[in-house]
Amino acid sequence: MTHHPAGSLLAASGLRKTYGPTTALDGAEFSIHPGEVVAVMGPSGSGKSTLLHCLAGIVPPDAGSITYNGQEMAGLSDTQRSALRRSEFGFVFQFGQLVPELTCVENVALPLRLNGTGRKEAERTALAWMERLEVDDLGAKRPGEVSGGQGQRVAVARALVTGPRVLFADEPTGALDSLNGERVMELLTEAARSTNAAVVLVTHEARVAAYSDREIVVRDGKSRDMERAV
Amino acid sequence: MSIGHTLLGLLESGPRHGYDLKRAFDEKFGHDRPLHYGQVYSTMSRLLKNGLVEVDGIEAGDGPERKRYAITDAGVSDVALWLATPEKPEPYLQSTLYTKVVLALLTHRNAADLLDTQRSEHLRMMRILTDRKRNGDLADQLICDHALFHLEADLRWLELTAARLDKLAEAVTR
Repeated sequence: MTHHPAGSLLAASGLRKTYGPTTALDGAEFSIHPGEVVAVMGPSGSGKSTLLHCLAGIVPPDAGSITYNGQEMAGLSDTQRSALRRSEFGFVFQFGQLVPELTCVENVALPLRLNGTGRKEAERTALAWMERLEVDDLGAKRPGEVSGGQGQRVAVARALVTGPRVLFADEPTGALDSLNGERVMELLTEAARSTNAAVVLVTHEARVAAYSDREIVVRDGKSRDMERAV
Repeated sequence: MSIGHTLLGLLESGPRHGYDLKRAFDEKFGHDRPLHYGQVYSTMSRLLKNGLVEVDGIEAGDGPERKRYAITDAGVSDVALWLATPEKPEPYLQSTLYTKVVLALLTHRNAADLLDTQRSEHLRMMRILTDRKRNGDLADQLICDHALFHLEADLRWLELTAARLDKLAEAVTR
């Protein structure tokens, strides 16, 4: 039987995932509430990113249960899972996520355009998000013409533009220096809190994890919720 | 921190009473540990005795007399020397955490649990500092960053130790 904490928006229990002979997840648990920022920590190769990919419905687990908003994810078709990812989830990765041929504002507006929003309205919403992330002056530039820190803020704006209920951030500051990394974290958590979005923050950096409300530690594919452990 | 040198440095901008000195110190450097009046007056008498400050004036009030202190040339040189001398890096070789990990292994307790619990406690403190930094001015940010980087260094050590626990267990129980 699966047990998911009451009121959680996204929850997983007994997750297992193997890649060939390698066990990436071995009974991992997870839960997050709306408006909560949870850091997923652990050494390289511990299964942090696999956990994120399973939670986000990118990779199906071999066993275990994942529920979003009370609904079992395994019961959804591929099309339904894709639709869920597009409308309810936002993603920020370490690098390489902006489309180089598009301007920054077009990049931010892209998820809205894919959901069928008209160009003018999509770009107006995109610019409002870019303003919150302090990069509204970069709208006409292409990703290759902005700094790493600026590009990452554009990526955060793009992740939040559809008003996702869960933001998945995998080492979002991994390619930035301390000052830029901290500013990205400040803006990211502020923006997420103001929209009551839950943030799943995968990081190995303690100063980044310090922006979370609590942390879980993944080691050898097993997770440990430190709030309940202490 | 050398309270004497800090108070001397604060006097460089002009003479002050002991009370003003305490207030300026607390405002700029005493976030968690404000000075006691006793500390201020004992430090000032020592600086006076060593010729680093002089009494610039005495005001009679309702209470005790209030002395106004001024820095001397010798005091200014002393501040300059203190600022120019690097602080000795502290290598923390006698770390309590190290001792606890080794003892946990020697007594066959769960050292990984100990490290996880410690990580959580470090992160709790880092969250408090991060919040304070968010809501504070630039001075707050700098002082919190200093503490945050030190806590982060501890955490990196915790991670490395966690990754080496099996080897460490072999070495200490051999």
